[in-house]
Amino acid sequence: MVSTDDNCTSTPHVEFSGVSKSYDGRNWVVRDLDLDVHKGEFLTMLGPSGSGKTTCLMMLAGFETLAAGTIRINGVPVGDLPPHKREIGVVFQNYALFPHMTVGGNLAFPLEVRGIDPSERQERVARTLRLVRLEGLEDRRPGQLSGGQQQRVAIARALVFDPELVLMDEPLGALDRRLREEMQYEIRRIQRTLGITVVYVTHDQQEAMVMSDRVAVFRGGAIEQVASPEVLYEEPERAFVAHFIGENNRLNGVVRTVGDGVCEVEVGDALVKAVSLGQCPPGAAATVVVRPERVKLSPSEGEHSYSNEFDADIEDIAFLGDHMRLRLKLCGHSGFIVKIPNIVGQGGVLEGDRIRVGWTLLDCRALKPDAADDEGDPSASG
Amino acid sequence: MLRTTKGIHPQVVDQITAETGLDASKQQVGQRRRAAGLALPLIAFVLVTFVAPLGALLVRSAYDPLVADALPETLALLRAWDGASALEEPVYATAARELLQAREERTLGQIATRVNRIKSGLRSVVTRSVRKLRNASGDSWRETMIGINAAWGEPDVWLAIRSAGERFTFRHYINALDLMRQPDGSIARQPEERRIYLPLLWRTLAISFGISALCLVIGYPIAHLIAHAPPRRANLLLLLVLVPFWTSLLVRTTAWIVLLQTQGVINSLLVAIGLIADDGRIAMIYNMTGTFVAMTHVLLPFMVLPLYSVMRSIPPSHVRAAASLGATPFQAFWRVYWPQTLPGVGAGSLMVFILAIGYYITPALVGGSKGQLISNMIAYHMQTSLNWGLAAALAAILLVGIIALYVLYDRVVGIDRMRLG
Repeated sequence: MVSTDDNCTSTPHVEFSGVSKSYDGRNWVVRDLDLDVHKGEFLTMLGPSGSGKTTCLMMLAGFETLAAGTIRINGVPVGDLPPHKREIGVVFQNYALFPHMTVGGNLAFPLEVRGIDPSERQERVARTLRLVRLEGLEDRRPGQLSGGQQQRVAIARALVFDPELVLMDEPLGALDRRLREEMQYEIRRIQRTLGITVVYVTHDQQEAMVMSDRVAVFRGGAIEQVASPEVLYEEPERAFVAHFIGENNRLNGVVRTVGDGVCEVEVGDALVKAVSLGQCPPGAAATVVVRPERVKLSPSEGEHSYSNEFDADIEDIAFLGDHMRLRLKLCGHSGFIVKIPNIVGQGGVLEGDRIRVGWTLLDCRALKPDAADDEGDPSASG
Repeated sequence: MLRTTKGIHPQVVDQITAETGLDASKQQVGQRRRAAGLALPLIAFVLVTFVAPLGALLVRSAYDPLVADALPETLALLRAWDGASALEEPVYATAARELLQAREERTLGQIATRVNRIKSGLRSVVTRSVRKLRNASGDSWRETMIGINAAWGEPDVWLAIRSAGERFTFRHYINALDLMRQPDGSIARQPEERRIYLPLLWRTLAISFGISALCLVIGYPIAHLIAHAPPRRANLLLLLVLVPFWTSLLVRTTAWIVLLQTQGVINSLLVAIGLIADDGRIAMIYNMTGTFVAMTHVLLPFMVLPLYSVMRSIPPSHVRAAASLGATPFQAFWRVYWPQTLPGVGAGSLMVFILAIGYYITPALVGGSKGQLISNMIAYHMQTSLNWGLAAALAAILLVGIIALYVLYDRVVGIDRMRLG
């Protein structure tokens, strides 16, 4: 599942293998985790709080010990390497800028402890400040800067000693929405400019989609799926991923027939045709997932490209500007969401109407139900 | 008044204010006055219980009207005297009259004590002579007084009375600084063997400095441990620091006597395990060591609490950030953690130092003769020698020293950066 990428021939920049972590000896925060991060890649660890993503980041930075497994950087195990010898830039959640030093002092700090002489120090500090577009703020104290500026200083400080690997732990969490979006592109630009490897932790799926080459979706200390944002969205392999990334309709039913990548799932009194990943044998429970924007209203008569066509009752209509949001009752399931783009000619439906909806086979996947994942075998993910 | 305005619509109130010319600044002044009025009882309390007694005591260090009030005419005559030539009969007559008067008013003893402080040995000269004067009669008071005691024929006793009669005097400060006034009026240092207060003051400063340093060395790791421990353990540890705080000072000090005395726990233990011989027991109490150990223990919470408060406000991510930036653990501590604890270090050290400099009970109990501090000397002059003027002068010098230190701290670190907990 991990190797959905194409360049796995070279040594990964970072490699987690069989990594486990527990704080109290009973509950696993991270269990038997495998993950490769490639050179120059922007990889995001995405998951709800308590899913073990920050712990993984802290283990990589050297601030947490491993209960089991190995972390390798450029193929070398780093278990015994203290944090200050790992040459990893870290951007912390609340920036962790040193309040008793100026911006210049903060940036010069990693250079000073490396014994770099003052003239070069100054030159590199200035260069890095230019990179994050904060020229001329060397003499300010962190307390005199705005949140966004502090964020840039924190990033600059993590870059100034030219690390090949930079870790970021929810760095934009404290910023307001507009600034956060701006910084997302900014961080992406810097990462591409320098060609560094970034491991980024967030619980915001939109942020993960915007910035990442690949996203590792965390849940309960294990990785559910690692893939590019497109693949995660279009081809989720877990009901949890399907639900966590973007919006999805979930129809729970029982698999009736399976054959050649396609299966039929009985949902209520209807039969839904869906892509099968071989997770659910006939007779097993399955969750069928359909994206709200892939559902077509009143497919025209005689057009049979829609493998699934059902009658539905409109429970509720909401107008959201760029699209309309319909809640339908379909196959006995209430709250089935459909998004209709706000284009001329669409609409003309009313609450309580009975309409016909349809979607193609490829827009619809049968996955193992999410509830089972909680007790399920964790090794299945690795 | 408040109730009436409350009922009216705000706009109407604005209109009223505009019309009556009652502008906002006037209302603010009123509010400020009311606030000051609330603080008034407290200000009065502080004035009555703290500023007034302290002021009264400090005044004593430079103002002593007793002799001047008792012997006004004698002193007037003496002031006209050149200090060397033989005195005339009127001086003796006036002095005898006023001294006898003082005896009637029972102030003679105090006068004699003050004269004696100027030149020792004169107390008995004055008291005995006056007792005999009572029954004496004669044409010449001069003859009579010299007849009673030949000292009255010498200038010394008269010079001493004249000095003691100064209403405003720096005499106590001169004494407190181990100086003396020479016969020609100039001020010189006391001979080395008679210097008492300055060496004691230096010793007090040195011990206080040492105790502050020791408290810092012991308190810093404790505060760090508590500040970064999990909440439950931190509470327990903090309790351990505070419990001695709630115990009587006497109990804590006597506990150290039990531990440190020659036949005490530590010495017996050392003898028992054979580290020292039974006749070689170490003197750890009733000397400077005793003062040092017991006072460090007593004052340690004053160091730990401000440090703890400052350390708790430093996010652990700062040290982690330093490590991720390539700093060794020592560099991370010294460049990132330590500078951020300086407000606590300053507050704790200043507090311990100031408390130590004026500490009295502990050195009195465990200090012996070598471990006494300046405050013990002040207490001696307050209670035993009854030389309140000198005690006040010593206290004033101490106060000036502490204020100077405070100002210095303000200049170097800034009082606004101080965190007391």
